[in-house]
Amino acid sequence: MSKRSNEPIFWLLFGAGGMLSALLGPALVLITGIAAPLGLGLSPDAFSYDKVHAVAVHWLGKGFLFLVVSLFLWHAGHRIFHSLHDFGIHAGALARALCYGVPAAATVIAAAALLAIGF
Amino acid sequence: MNARRPYKRPMPGWWRKNPFFVEYVIHEATACFVAAYAFILLAGLVCLAMGEQSWNAWLAQVRSPMAVLAHLIMLVAIAYHSYTWFRIMPKTLPPIVIGGKRMSPAAITGGGLAAAAVTSLLMLGLAWGALS
Repeated sequence: MSKRSNEPIFWLLFGAGGMLSALLGPALVLITGIAAPLGLGLSPDAFSYDKVHAVAVHWLGKGFLFLVVSLFLWHAGHRIFHSLHDFGIHAGALARALCYGVPAAATVIAAAALLAIGF
Repeated sequence: MNARRPYKRPMPGWWRKNPFFVEYVIHEATACFVAAYAFILLAGLVCLAMGEQSWNAWLAQVRSPMAVLAHLIMLVAIAYHSYTWFRIMPKTLPPIVIGGKRMSPAAITGGGLAAAAVTSLLMLGLAWGALS
């Protein structure tokens, strides 16, 4: 029996992350990077511990934050891995371990942090 | 050591010579900004889990002028990712046939961009509701 490629799994994660970041990425950066920290258009305490904690405790907020962090990194890792050759970098075992290992580790850390925050 | 040393044409800067390749490199490079943003969020999640003091330390970092500038750059890069993602979508989707006619590339790209506009507005509204 021939060995099946694992590429479809990583391509699926790449596609899901690419779609999520294309649909929501700019709005998220605007909210978490500019509007909420600076209190522009939102209340000055929009990013207070209590408010953000309340979002992260809710199962919807928790699931959303997990998917954003994890899928954005799976998207970026896969895309960077497949661009390495274009820049004369050998896409070997080390590159593969980094490009997919970092998203995998980040997925575990994000899940652990969200579970530690509690329900 | 291998005795055979074939000539390898040097390729540094190959993409700078052709606007098509320059655009390709820019839209592939948006992945670095998507990753950077995800790392900032991940740091925020870890700090949130560690307690109020850690969260406030993360927030102080995000409020610094350099961080705001970095987020503005990420905003432009990720918005460009969004545009190119839907521009390429007619080539990445399987053919969609509606009423016996294949959906045109312009309709697919336009539909994607319209969906992005709607979801962005929903996200902004949701954040306004949850964080105000």
